[in-house]
Amino acid sequence: MSKFKKKKKGMPAVNTAALPDIVFMLLFFFMVTTVMRETELKIQTPKLPQADQVKKLEKKSLVSYIYVGKSKDGTAGDKIQLNDRISKVEDIRSFIYSERASHSEAEIPYLTTSIKADKDAKVGTITDIKVELRDVNALKINYSTLKGSALNNMNN
Amino acid sequence: MARRDTPEINAGSMADIAFLLLIFFLVTTTMDTDTGISRKLPEKQDPNIKPPVLKEKNVFEVNVNRRNEILVEGETYMQIKDLREAAMKFIDNGGGTAADLGKENLPVCSWCEGDKDPASSDHPKKAIISLQSDRGTSYATYISVQNELVAAYSDLRNRYADKKFGKNFDDLTSEQQKVIKQDIYPQIISEAEPTK
Repeated sequence: MSKFKKKKKGMPAVNTAALPDIVFMLLFFFMVTTVMRETELKIQTPKLPQADQVKKLEKKSLVSYIYVGKSKDGTAGDKIQLNDRISKVEDIRSFIYSERASHSEAEIPYLTTSIKADKDAKVGTITDIKVELRDVNALKINYSTLKGSALNNMNN
Repeated sequence: MARRDTPEINAGSMADIAFLLLIFFLVTTTMDTDTGISRKLPEKQDPNIKPPVLKEKNVFEVNVNRRNEILVEGETYMQIKDLREAAMKFIDNGGGTAADLGKENLPVCSWCEGDKDPASSDHPKKAIISLQSDRGTSYATYISVQNELVAAYSDLRNRYADKKFGKNFDDLTSEQQKVIKQDIYPQIISEAEPTK
């Protein structure tokens, strides 16, 4: 018994009973906010340029993404990725049609195409994409950018 | 001592399990960027329709070459940081006289604070920014230029909204915003086919 008495004199252990509660709280936060990436990138992850006149994309379900960037194996030129494979510019047409088919008629005018292009991509590639989009009447586009000053783009 | 029929379940490792899950979600979560510059592409033009004739003074020409240099109005090389101000000066010039603008049912730009230079734009509704880039221009430059041009418009709209309503443009009602977007400072940025 004397041993127990001695222990009581020392510092009491910090009560960690609430630790699981805290951890659970964090867990639920990340579970709710997490978005599983639907498509795996076949190109190098684009380094987005910065801009400050940005708008938030509102309805995520109405947005289709076009990725533009360098290929992973180092071949020259900009590569375009639609869904989960590297495609040619001409494939954008069918990509937009298939995006439209998966939405209801009423939603089609609100479909937005988000272009996630690398800083070092060439305007020519982007123009080719835009011409294709215009031909299929997908006029709402969004150049995906990070928030920041546009002047930062130039010094790299 | 109390009799213990059912011993309590040891919950000590619950925290470990929760941590494991937490780390899993921490690692897999991607904070996706969902912001960007929104633009609307022009509709496909009928090739038979002739483009309207524009006065040269109403067009603000911005050219970007493949070395990412910016040429404004065909004569001055400009740094990106000066572009916004130059564009604002052009849009906000309001040099048109009542007699000239009256022919097209436009009021004189009473809200413009520009120089009223007769050699620059007549009215914000007639001021057109024409952007032409090269196929070899880098996307970063292209976005910067776009951003500065859009910023010029939003600065002017903000200034007007602040003066008239004492609020930021984004805080106005959608009717007020519509009036500004259509009649006060409409955003007219035209993109020409890039040079090869």
